Amino acid sequence: METRNLTCIGCPMGCQITVTLENGEVKDVTGNTCKRGDDYARKEVTNPTRIVTSIVRVKGGHLNMVSCKTKSDIPKGKIFDIVKELESVEVNAPVHIGDVVKANVCGTGVDVVATKEIRAVS
Amino acid sequence: MKNYDLVIVGGGPAGLAAAVAARDNGIQDILIIERDHELGGILNQCIHNGFGLHTFKEELTGPEYASRFIDQVKERNIDYKLNTMVMDIAPDKTITAMNSTDGMFTIPAKAVVLAMGCRERSRGALNIPGYRPAGIFSAGTAQRLVNMEGYMPGRKVVILGSGDIGLIMARRMTLEGAEVQVVAELMPYSGGLKRNIVQCLDDFGIPLKLSHTVVDIEGKERVEGITIAEVGPDRKPIPGTEIHYECDTLLLSCGLIPENELSKNSGVELSPITSGPIVNDSLETSIDGVFACGNVLHVHDLVDFVSQEATNAGKNAAKYILEGKKESSRQLEILPVDGVRYTVPKYIRPDDMDETVTVRFRVGDVYKNKAIATYFGDTQISKRKKQVMAPGEMEQVVITKKQLAEYPDIANITIKIEEA
Repeated sequence: METRNLTCIGCPMGCQITVTLENGEVKDVTGNTCKRGDDYARKEVTNPTRIVTSIVRVKGGHLNMVSCKTKSDIPKGKIFDIVKELESVEVNAPVHIGDVVKANVCGTGVDVVATKEIRAVS
Repeated sequence: MKNYDLVIVGGGPAGLAAAVAARDNGIQDILIIERDHELGGILNQCIHNGFGLHTFKEELTGPEYASRFIDQVKERNIDYKLNTMVMDIAPDKTITAMNSTDGMFTIPAKAVVLAMGCRERSRGALNIPGYRPAGIFSAGTAQRLVNMEGYMPGRKVVILGSGDIGLIMARRMTLEGAEVQVVAELMPYSGGLKRNIVQCLDDFGIPLKLSHTVVDIEGKERVEGITIAEVGPDRKPIPGTEIHYECDTLLLSCGLIPENELSKNSGVELSPITSGPIVNDSLETSIDGVFACGNVLHVHDLVDFVSQEATNAGKNAAKYILEGKKESSRQLEILPVDGVRYTVPKYIRPDDMDETVTVRFRVGDVYKNKAIATYFGDTQISKRKKQVMAPGEMEQVVITKKQLAEYPDIANITIKIEEA
């Protein structure tokens, strides 16, 4: 038996939730005051995911950096690896929103896409 | 210089949405004046996601959210001037502005929308003792350096204030390799959204120390250390509770203040609570034909609500230009009492209002299991129970014209927090 304590992010209440796990399986969720808390806690202890946002270098653009994000959720444990891998990425202007700046980042199968328009300047 | 019917001061989310709404409501000659080199305002540096859940039903990053509105402005061929600073708004709505290509110029506008946004409370305003070395940044300045310029302001960081930008920057700097040692918050509760505390601090094991403040900054050339201490109920440091951190950077995230120097000089009446203009239900200020929206009016948590509010301001500015000023027979004041700090709008015109008006406000403390009650005169009209309310999260009440018409003789409206 293992217990995990979480703060729910569903609303400003911030219920303190305790999840009891056995062999990685959720046995009990307590402390939440609504269904959303239960859903959040189960996902958070079994498969926590996040969208990662960062920036990469741009060559020949009106700005030197372009903001980007993982196109979908990635496992929480990969956040640092992804930001690290993006440090060496450089793209050429122009860049459009949705352009892939790094395909299959860290082998997650998820692409990192630009979130800002960068004009080319000579 | 071309003549414009409507001048919008500020090209951030509020200015953009106001421009689009004004055009869609029949105004051809609109000019947006923006002091930065691109449209979009502060959203350009907010590269994290979570914007637009209400407006677009998806989670966008700041630049993506801005681009949706920039596209709408461009599709409508609305004029805008970048790198341009408004110097003065005269009471007759003559705008004086300058830039490096046009020099100084004036535009006699028929209506003005104030959309200048807000700025961060500075170290000077906080009265933090200690030396004045390099390495002290507002959280927003650090955000711009990291996310737009690609520079790291420091490696070992202490953050004072738990506003949302500070929390977001705690995560951002951690991801970029900095060591964020602590977030200290003067109040016994955080000013930021719960989601940000969990995903920006808890996820990375960054401690949040409530009821703590900075009592000393060390280092003559560069920040070398920060001392924080616990504060009592009087918010004064308690001797003996000091904790010292070795660090090279202090970020300040201690509140946002609507930027109203232009409004003040033009004679627009400001609220001492919000530091923004006092407006009626059409978001018109004390000067006829001058409207306000977004963070210059009152500081918002969510950009979606800024866009909604700005759409209203743009629509009402269009109406003012096309139909002129309506002399309303009646104007009711909304009284914020018992925990409600202020309301926007402050006045409602029962005869000229839209079918519904959303009244937004903040509470002054953390309330659990209380209710928001609305009174027309002495009669309770609605009561909504809330499990929790906090100063960091904006609340709202919707008032309908139909409902208000049933009470023609009331002197005012009251919104308050009471027992559930």
